[in-house]
Amino acid sequence: MPKVTYIEASGTEHVVSVANGTTCRDAAMDNDIPGIDGDCGGACACATCHVFVDPAWLDRVGRAVEGEMEANLLQFVPDLSENSRLACQIDITDALDGLVLRLPASQH
Amino acid sequence: MSVSEIFSTDVSKIPLDEMDVSDPLLFQNDTIGEYFSRLRAEDPVHFTPKSRFGPYWSVTKFNDIVRVETDHKAFSSDAGIGGVAFGGIGVPTESSAMGGLEMFIAMDPPKHDIQRKVVSPIVAPSNLENLEPIIRERAAAILDSLPAGKVIDWVDLVSIELTTMTLATLFDFPWEERRKLTRWSDVVTASPGNGVDSWEQWQRELMECGMYFKELWNQRAGGEPRNDLISMLAGSPATANMPFPEFLGNIIQLIVGGNDTTRNSISGGVLALNENPAEYAKLMKDPGLIPNMVSEIIRWQTPINCMLRTAVQEADIGGKTIHKGDKVVMWYLSGNRDSEVIERADEFLIDRKNPRQHLSFGFGIHRCVGNRLAELQLRVIWEEIVKRFSKIEIVGKPVRTLHHIIHGFTRMPVVLHPR
Repeated sequence: MPKVTYIEASGTEHVVSVANGTTCRDAAMDNDIPGIDGDCGGACACATCHVFVDPAWLDRVGRAVEGEMEANLLQFVPDLSENSRLACQIDITDALDGLVLRLPASQH
Repeated sequence: MSVSEIFSTDVSKIPLDEMDVSDPLLFQNDTIGEYFSRLRAEDPVHFTPKSRFGPYWSVTKFNDIVRVETDHKAFSSDAGIGGVAFGGIGVPTESSAMGGLEMFIAMDPPKHDIQRKVVSPIVAPSNLENLEPIIRERAAAILDSLPAGKVIDWVDLVSIELTTMTLATLFDFPWEERRKLTRWSDVVTASPGNGVDSWEQWQRELMECGMYFKELWNQRAGGEPRNDLISMLAGSPATANMPFPEFLGNIIQLIVGGNDTTRNSISGGVLALNENPAEYAKLMKDPGLIPNMVSEIIRWQTPINCMLRTAVQEADIGGKTIHKGDKVVMWYLSGNRDSEVIERADEFLIDRKNPRQHLSFGFGIHRCVGNRLAELQLRVIWEEIVKRFSKIEIVGKPVRTLHHIIHGFTRMPVVLHPR
């Protein structure tokens, strides 16, 4: 199974195995990763699974699309960055094996 | 006592097309839950052809509500065609322009997005960190001032007092006059016989609110940038030159949003724990459950019953066709009891798994901007309560708010038992 590394704002790393097709939000919730709240249940309806995609992975993961719900929600997070994504919108595939996601200090 | 308390209504026998869940008495006498249970089971996207606010749809299930919330292209919040307050605020009317005052909660993108970003830094994580010790000090002082063993009104002395202090800080409002904020917040949702004597009084008091804030605004506009909501609005090009109704609307939105809501969750938590002694015992045994409990209290109380949208294009929700121009009411209070999404939804469980998955803050672009501040205030007050009291005992029937949008309490007699 592909592996995903979540790095908390404090620097603590969590490496988890994620089945293909699972979202990075669900994988974080299933593995009790601190720092991802995922309040809406993964429906792209809040912005509490905000992650920063490691720049080396950004092209493979892709960016939030301007004008779509994910970007609409991300615009209100306090520490928006050009590599900001919502983890519920990142589906794991073999191509993302080794993905590194950094977490903000808090979800909002 | 209301009619439905005297003659207990058999909700299962009401003809479906006569089911009107906007009757404020149902919320005051706390029978609304039976109505929502029936709608969720039999007609989850329900059309009421006749009500005092005209025809409207009720969306009662969790996922259908999320669907409406996240489709702001089909479901508008714009004040010009209906706004977000079902029935409007102020003089009720069946006309389409019942949303009333302009405020960013009742705007669509792009204007909504721009104005929301002006005020959102007030509740950014760094500012919340600064606020926490201030809120804690006040919570402690409030609780220490209360007499043990005597009957007191928890709503007035604790819930209103703490949340009004926080709101005064956000506005940097003259401290000694802070209860004006409480009054104005109550007036916004008042109607003749229920908080005000007449619509004239309603209008006069809100105009007084507007003039008071205009004065503060004038003192602060053009000055050094300061970290309070008035200075932030006055200092941003997006909001510096708002016409008066939009200025007043935005102020009112921030007053109500930062006041009624957390106030009623603070009171609602006391009631929920009294009604569920096993949960109260869990709390006293392990105060570490407080952050989890806070989310559960917010779900359980659902301090805002509903929000309104107006369809601006045809849409399908739960198999029903919503037409352009239709009023669509999302009943958060009902969605928060939807057992298809929330396990054991009819139970108050402070150690519930995934307690954050609730509708009380709304979802989508209009999600409550102050949600983390609400949680912070609830967490701090409960942390300070359990240090001091073994029980806050409710000793008389709490009085619930007579309103279809505000889900709260006007009075809650309690006796405090020190540890």
